[in-house]
Amino acid sequence: MTTTQVSPMFQQKPVEGLRLGLKTMLGRAYPRLMSVIREPDWILYEIILPLLRVIAFVLVYKALKAPTQYAGFVILGGALMAFWLNVLWMMAAQLHWERLSGNLELYLMAPASMLWILAGMAFGGMLITLLRAAVIVVVGSLIFGVTYSTVFLPGLALVFVLTLVALYGLGSMLASLYLLYNRQVWAIQEMIQEPVALITGLYFPIRALGGYAGAAASIIPLTLGMDAMRQLLFPRGWPSFLPVVWEIVILLALVVVFLVGAAKSFAYIERRAKIEGRLTLKWQ
Amino acid sequence: MSIIQVPAIQAIDLRRVYNTRSSNHRGAAAAITRKKSITALDGVSLTIERGELFGLLGRNGAGKTTLIKILTTLLAPTGGKAFVNGMDVTRNVLPIRQRIAMVSGGEQSGYGILTVREQLWMFAQFYGVPSREAHRRIDELLEAFDLSDQASQKVYALSTGMRQRINLCRALVSGPEILFLDEPTVGLDVEAARSVREYVRSWMRQNPNRTVLLTTHYMFEADELCDRVAVINRGQIVAQGAPNELKRTLEEHVRFQLELGEASGKSSGDSSRGEEGHEAAWMPAFVERLRATDGVVDVHTETRQGRTELQLSLSREDVIAPAMATLNEAGGRVLTLRRIEPTLEEAFVRLVGKAASDEYDKEAHA
Repeated sequence: MTTTQVSPMFQQKPVEGLRLGLKTMLGRAYPRLMSVIREPDWILYEIILPLLRVIAFVLVYKALKAPTQYAGFVILGGALMAFWLNVLWMMAAQLHWERLSGNLELYLMAPASMLWILAGMAFGGMLITLLRAAVIVVVGSLIFGVTYSTVFLPGLALVFVLTLVALYGLGSMLASLYLLYNRQVWAIQEMIQEPVALITGLYFPIRALGGYAGAAASIIPLTLGMDAMRQLLFPRGWPSFLPVVWEIVILLALVVVFLVGAAKSFAYIERRAKIEGRLTLKWQ
Repeated sequence: MSIIQVPAIQAIDLRRVYNTRSSNHRGAAAAITRKKSITALDGVSLTIERGELFGLLGRNGAGKTTLIKILTTLLAPTGGKAFVNGMDVTRNVLPIRQRIAMVSGGEQSGYGILTVREQLWMFAQFYGVPSREAHRRIDELLEAFDLSDQASQKVYALSTGMRQRINLCRALVSGPEILFLDEPTVGLDVEAARSVREYVRSWMRQNPNRTVLLTTHYMFEADELCDRVAVINRGQIVAQGAPNELKRTLEEHVRFQLELGEASGKSSGDSSRGEEGHEAAWMPAFVERLRATDGVVDVHTETRQGRTELQLSLSREDVIAPAMATLNEAGGRVLTLRRIEPTLEEAFVRLVGKAASDEYDKEAHA
């Protein structure tokens, strides 16, 4: 009798798959975390420069004799802007850079799903940006004497987490789509960076844009996340766009849409790229 | 019950066609875009057994990297089948990825901000290697590659040779069964290239089930390392076998090179060794007699730097005996005799044509 001896087929149990995924995620997050320690110039680019922008807006509000909490609105907007920039430059565009350095090929060859690599990029980016955002909030609040309500902390934490997960889900989706638009990455980045700062209401209430524009802007998780956080931190005085509960429900929907969208779009891009042979070409 | 081991790598009538667009500019404004199909692999079939170090030789654009990309699940074939460890590269993607690793020449992977140890640890995590085991393997690999002193050095500060050795460590830290080496020594100095080759050989010796598929432009490297090689040209395998087999099958004649002197006391008037550009007086008659000898295909003499060299092409090895007898009768004396072995490079050139030789020379001297 003759049998064929094949290497034991890789029947990965869900637990093993999860373990491999988590290790992959931590592995990819590691260089991001190390950059905080080893590249201290981020303090200038990521904290001092954004703070100057925040200060400029606060001074405008002060000149207009706006209430003190408006300084808080601007500081919060400045802190969340750090997350948006991180999502754009260190998530969406990252796979493009990874391709140029040859890392993308190695990531694709690794046995864990590419989504775990994206999760590692998001996790590392989130942690370092959290640190940067915290410094902006603390320093800005101390300079301008802003105080916050702590009554709705659990709700605030929920909104914050949902906003970040949805935002980085959007970043993951953009990352895979950017692989299709190789040489146009810079142009796309520039094209969406500033308009998003405007339409999400980083420095003003989104309600000022009106219902339709506000609804359209809500596709960016920052819009509703920021509006909800401002309502919770400044219960009186913030001209809200929607009730917080509605905003939480919509954010939850965005989390699902962007995470599923990221998984689907990456699977599509990988399939298409394997057929066309473009995914791992460095220069095109 | 007998057990049949599946091959480490198997390609059956593998095809890959790239569809590209090319623009023809006519005048300043008008441009015509045409669809163009390029056949990178055209019915490639090969089998690499476990434990083999297999070389794939070919010119630039011959299809080597395309074949490697298909086998490493990065590219889909447009026809045929490919199996790695018995698993279909289009269907069993994750299980295959668990068992393979690849190193390319001139690779700049990883992050310069990390230390060598951190970089290797990071890649070990992508394969689920437990941290303690990863550090043990890293220590072992760094020592084997003489890089222990660089463990805490940032990757960006490493020389090209060190980086390539780190790339090899990166590939091996996950404990692959099959290693794909795509021109791994390109751009390395002699010492670094030798260290890479030595480690690949010792890595193979450590476990008889390990398999390497190597692509290279350096024929001596393939000759030195590989158990078997295949020559690929324009997407087709034109020959495969052990390097010696390949060389011998292409050898039409047995070739000898002799350095000649004159038997003592034979002549006093002429220079026995011949002066620069002038052969000894007895040589023309000797050459004529040799040419008339049965089995002698070609005779070529050259006198340079005071020495007369004779190159003989014989139809069979045993024809050397009558040739030597003729030499004795003519009064010549053999100072040195060596058989000229064909090189893999000669075999390669014969197989893929003169163009390959020119291209190879250009690259070797670049």
